[in-house]
Amino acid sequence: MNQARTSGASWIARVWPLVPVVAALLFTSGLLLLFHASPGEAYRAMWDGAFGTPDKILSVVAFWIPMVLCSVGLLVTFTAGLWNIGVEGQIVLGAICASWVALRLSGPAWLLIPLEIGAAMLGGALWAAIAAVLKTRGKVNEIFGGLALNNLAIILTNYLISGPWQPPEGGTFRGTAPFQDAALLPRFLESRFSPLSLVLAGLAFAAVFFILRGTTWGLKLKALGKNPHSAFLLGVSSERETVLAMMFCGALAGLGGAVRVLSWFDSLRQSISGGIGFLSLLIVMLAAYRILLVPFIAFFFSVVLNGSITLQLKTQLHSALGGILTGVMVLFVLLFGSAKQLGIGKTRAGSGDAPEAIPAAPADSIAGDISTHARGGD
Amino acid sequence: MNDSQLIAVLASIVLQASPLIIAVCGEILTERSGIVNLSLDGTMLMSAMTGFVVGMQTDNYWLGFLAAAVVGAIFAAIVAFGSIRLGQSQVAIGFVLTLLGDDLSAFLGQNYVRMTGAVVPRAGIPLLKDLPILGPILFNQNIVVYFAILLIVATWWWLNRTQAGLRLRGAGERPTAAFARGVDVNRVRYLYTILGGALVGIAGAAYSLNVKIGWSDGHVRGFGWIALAIVIFGGWSPIRGAFGALLFGATKALATVLQRAFPEVSVVAFNAIPWALMILVLLAVGSDYTERFIEVMPRRWQRPLRRILRVSPPMALGTAFHEG
Repeated sequence: MNQARTSGASWIARVWPLVPVVAALLFTSGLLLLFHASPGEAYRAMWDGAFGTPDKILSVVAFWIPMVLCSVGLLVTFTAGLWNIGVEGQIVLGAICASWVALRLSGPAWLLIPLEIGAAMLGGALWAAIAAVLKTRGKVNEIFGGLALNNLAIILTNYLISGPWQPPEGGTFRGTAPFQDAALLPRFLESRFSPLSLVLAGLAFAAVFFILRGTTWGLKLKALGKNPHSAFLLGVSSERETVLAMMFCGALAGLGGAVRVLSWFDSLRQSISGGIGFLSLLIVMLAAYRILLVPFIAFFFSVVLNGSITLQLKTQLHSALGGILTGVMVLFVLLFGSAKQLGIGKTRAGSGDAPEAIPAAPADSIAGDISTHARGGD
Repeated sequence: MNDSQLIAVLASIVLQASPLIIAVCGEILTERSGIVNLSLDGTMLMSAMTGFVVGMQTDNYWLGFLAAAVVGAIFAAIVAFGSIRLGQSQVAIGFVLTLLGDDLSAFLGQNYVRMTGAVVPRAGIPLLKDLPILGPILFNQNIVVYFAILLIVATWWWLNRTQAGLRLRGAGERPTAAFARGVDVNRVRYLYTILGGALVGIAGAAYSLNVKIGWSDGHVRGFGWIALAIVIFGGWSPIRGAFGALLFGATKALATVLQRAFPEVSVVAFNAIPWALMILVLLAVGSDYTERFIEVMPRRWQRPLRRILRVSPPMALGTAFHEG
C-alpha cells in the first residue's frame, strides 16, 4: 500500500511542472473571455507573432539576448543574497553610456563598438555600485535604493532625449536621432538580431557558470547568501563581496542595455529597457536559481512577450497579457513550488522525483537588513 | 507668495499626502504584526483601476472604494497565505504581485483610459472649516482627507492603547512570547495583513477617485514604493509616517515652486525630486554617519536626536512563526 502511495505521488510530481503553465493559460483565457476574445485565436496570434516568419523568430532571439545577460548577472547577486531590483536602472545606464559614445565619438566600427560596450558595462557597474554602497554604508536596503535609482535613470533618459540629445529636427519625447552606421552592432540580414551579442551572452553565461561552480569568489558569495553572519566569521568581507557582486551584475545589465540601443533599436529611446530587468528577476525565480534552466525560461519569456505585441496589433487587446501570463506562472511556482508543499508527495521515497522547492528566496533580506538599522546607542 | 496662496499650497500638500497616509497606516499595521507586504505598488495600481471603474459604472464612489478595498485585501491575503501557510518568501511573492498588479491593471483597465467617472465631492466641515489657517488647510477638504487624518489617530491609538494592539505588536516583536501568553500569532498576522491590504486598496482608489482622478496605464505607478519607504522612514509609527507622507506630498508643490524659480531647468528634472528624497530619508534613518553625527552632539541632545533620527523595525518582521 505504501508502494502504491509512493508511485501515485511520483506521478503527480512528474506532471507537476506543467501545472503552473496550465494554470496561467486558464487564467489568461478567462481574461480573454471577459473581453469577448477567443483564447484559441489569441494564442494563435501570439504564436504567429513569435514564430510566424523568419524575421519574427530573429526578433525573439534579439529580445532574448539582453534577458539572458541580465538573468545570469542576477544569479550572481541572488547567490550573494541580494535583491538587485536596480537591474532595470543598470540596463538604462548601460544604454545611456553606449549612446553617449555613439553620439559623441566617430571612428571605424572596430574601435567604436568596443568603446560603446566598455562604456555601457562601466556605466551599469557604477550605477549598481551606488546601490551597493548605499546598502553597505548607508543601510539603505538594496530594494529601495535600486528602485529609486531605476526611476532616476529613467528620468535621466527622458531629460537627455528631450534636452541635450534631442534630434536636430526638434524635441520629441521619442528618442535621439539614429546613430551613425559604424556605431551599430553588425546585424544579421535586415533583422534586429546581432550575432556578436549572442557571442557576448554566451561568454557571460559561461563566466557565471564557471564563477558559481568553480571559484573561491563563487563560494564566498554562496556563504554570504546563505548565512552572512558565519560568512563574516569565516573572513568573507560582506561589504567587498556585496559591492563586487552588484557591480558584476550591473556590468552585464549595462551590456544588455548596449545591445538594446545598438541592435534592437538604433537610438536611445524613452523606455529603453522594455522592462527586461524586472522580467529577468522573474526568469531567475522561475528557474529556481538554476543557471542551466535560465536560457530556456528566458526564451519562453521572449516568445510570450513578442507574441503579445503582435496580439495587440492584431486584436487591439493590451499587450500586458503576456506579462500576466508569465507573472501568474511565476506566482504559482513561488506559492506551490513543489508538489511537496501541497502535502501531495509527503512520502520520503517520492520526494526524489519532485522538482526541488525554490529556496525560500536568498535570505529574506528586507527584514534582515532593516533590523540592522541601529537601535540607538544603548 | 501671499498668505492665501500659502494656505492653498498647504491644503494641496495635505490632499496629495492623503492616499499615502492611508497606505502607510495600512502597511504599518501589517508590518507591526510581522509580515512585509511588498506588493503595494501593484496592489495600488489594481485598486486604483478597480475603484475608478466600479465608481464609474455604478456612478457611486463609495462602491468604488469598497471594491478597491476588496482587491487590496485579496492581494494581501495571497502574501499572507503564501508566507504563513506555504512558508514561502514574503519578498518574492510581494515582488511578483507588484509586477502582476501592474500588468493586470493595464489589461483590465484598457477600455477606461482617460474617461470621466465618479469623483469624491468637496465637503467642508461646518464651523471647523471657518477656523483661521487650519480650517482651509485641514477641514475644507473631503471625506478622503478626513479619513486619512482619523486613520492616523486611530492607528496610533489601536497600536499603543488597546489590548488588541498589544497582541498585534507581540506577534511582530516576540512571537514566541506572545504565543506563550495565548496569542494566536498566525491568526493575528492574517488579520492585520488583510486589514492593512484593504487600507492600501482604499489608498489606491483615493488616487483615482480624488487626488489623481481617472485611469491610464501605470496611473499610480511608484506611489506604492514611496509608501513602503515612508513606513521605514516613519519608524513604523503612524504619526511619523504621516509626517513622511506630508513630506512626499510636498515634493509636488515644491516642484511647482522650483519650476517657477528656475524656468531654464528642464521640467523633467523635477520628477527626480521624490526619488532623490527617498534615498536621502532612508540614508538619514539608516546610515552609520547619522549615529556619528549624534555622538558629537551635546550629551543632552543625544537622546531626543536619536528618537527623531533613528528607527528600529519590529524584531520579528519578515520571519516565519511555527507553533511549539
